[in-house]
Amino acid sequence: MITKEAPAAAPAPAPVAPAAARPGKKRPAWDEVPRWQIYLPLGIYLVFTLIPFYWILLFALRPTGSTSLVPWPMTTEHFEKVWTDRGFGTYFTNSVYVGLATLVMTTLVALAGGYALARFDFRIKRGFMLALLCSQFVPGALLLVPLFEIFAGLQMINSLGSVIIAETVFQLPLSIILISNFIKNVPYSLEEAAWVDGCGRFRAFRIVVLPLLRPGLIAVGSFAFVHSWNHFLFALMFLNNQSKQTIPVGLNSLMSADSVDLGALAAGGIVAAVPVVIVFAFIQKWLITGFSAGAVKG
Amino acid sequence: MAQAAAVAKPPAPPRRRRASATPRRLPYLLIGPAALLMLGFIAYPVISVFYYSLQEYNPTKPWRNGFAGFDNFVKIFTEDPVFWDTLVFSAKWVFVEVGLQLLFGLALALIVNQTFVGRGIGRAMVFSPWAVSGVLTSAIWVLLYNSQTGVTRYLADMGIGSYGTSWLSDTSTVFSAAVVADLWRGVPFFAILILADLQSVSKDLYEAAEVDGASRLKQFWHITLPHLKDAIILSTLLRAVWEFNNVDLLYTLTGGGPAGETTTLPLYIANTSVDAHDFGYASALTTVAFVILLFCSIVYLRLSKFGGENK
Repeated sequence: MITKEAPAAAPAPAPVAPAAARPGKKRPAWDEVPRWQIYLPLGIYLVFTLIPFYWILLFALRPTGSTSLVPWPMTTEHFEKVWTDRGFGTYFTNSVYVGLATLVMTTLVALAGGYALARFDFRIKRGFMLALLCSQFVPGALLLVPLFEIFAGLQMINSLGSVIIAETVFQLPLSIILISNFIKNVPYSLEEAAWVDGCGRFRAFRIVVLPLLRPGLIAVGSFAFVHSWNHFLFALMFLNNQSKQTIPVGLNSLMSADSVDLGALAAGGIVAAVPVVIVFAFIQKWLITGFSAGAVKG
Repeated sequence: MAQAAAVAKPPAPPRRRRASATPRRLPYLLIGPAALLMLGFIAYPVISVFYYSLQEYNPTKPWRNGFAGFDNFVKIFTEDPVFWDTLVFSAKWVFVEVGLQLLFGLALALIVNQTFVGRGIGRAMVFSPWAVSGVLTSAIWVLLYNSQTGVTRYLADMGIGSYGTSWLSDTSTVFSAAVVADLWRGVPFFAILILADLQSVSKDLYEAAEVDGASRLKQFWHITLPHLKDAIILSTLLRAVWEFNNVDLLYTLTGGGPAGETTTLPLYIANTSVDAHDFGYASALTTVAFVILLFCSIVYLRLSKFGGENK
């Protein structure tokens, strides 16, 4: 702005302008940090972040026995082997199924619960919220034995349903807290206005509140998907049949094989990462807002 | 809230009727599914863990099963050296991991909160390991630590470390190796949490501080840090619980080895139940882990005086 004004004025005060411009530009403190203090540490951290990714790409793409540090000539042999011989095609389908089912269940159940917490006062409300908070401290891994017994009793061992239920349950507390915070941010008067206009409670919710909740629902849903996609122990415990296994279990079996096939392991890792990376790329911008809207502030 | 509104505005019968079609039952119906799922698959298992902890319960040795009183607990505290080792390692693991994640996560969040060219892509890249699972993290670092073809070999070329042994199979390096692998994924997560809260700091405060001539360090110390306090306390606690409970990474990266060097208490419990089928003993260990976790959380919240000011 100031530089635009400078040529308009007489050329004489030009040397004064930068001097005056600097403090003006410097004013916002968050903008004042010297560039190298941003780029240098960020660069170093980027190297630390990206080398592992490069390494796994390298192993997945270069032929067996190659020691080149560039994945060239490229080969798809590892992917073909992992996808067909090691059953990752099946694991992938199972994981997609588990992930989407968990996403849908978590979002629906948490939406109902979150709405109740945000909009009503009822007798067990405090108790329920306390239970949500406490359940954050309950380690799913330590409940494996009783959970196994429950699913055995329900005849659900070796069915993906067991994993879907377990993943949903352990996603619920945080999801409910998140969604209720999102709903609290939608003014109640909007809903009331819709009732006056003749909408039922459900219709008012669907027309007025739901569209405003979209970023929140995307955040919650993608968390549920990513978590169930990544989680390992429930699938390991409740699914004994290989045709029912999920991707993380497949990866683990590649690692614990007698002689680790590094190419296959890398290719399997990339297969495991791709859906999550895609989800991540889409939700990136909602993620931060999603969190700041209430994740930590329950 | 609905009741309050309804009571406050009694002379609006049509709206009241419609707004509260089934006002009493509706909230219970809404939390019903969540409550049932949590009762059935969290509360009930927790109670049965307490119950099993008093039993001798091993499906492979059914003739010995039955009520055992506090035998399991006596055994834990008097004749199980592995328990104490895993407890010490758990504490060390959580302390080092959460401390470093907080430190690096805070720094990273402060950096990517600045405006600079390429911020969007920079954020996306430094946060990307967040999406990676524990098992995948293990897979990646198994490749990196491989003694023949890993990055560690190239580091050895440069004089860092030595040839031939994997960092994961050497008792002197396995701890640091596992810590670095977990940091790779944990720091971005912490940074995201802190960044979310950083965005809500009012920029006016900084401008005022700037006018008063406060240095950047002072601004950080007196504005940023106090604002982040609650978020840091809560995320540190959640993270600590999570790092303690999570077994995915260590289970697949080191399997608790070499020589039990990286076995956390939860990993020991998982091994006791999954491999040894000693469900009664594993349940007793779980109970002890619960108590420790609860105790540490309460002490931490008390010490940090969290929850005092904001109900």
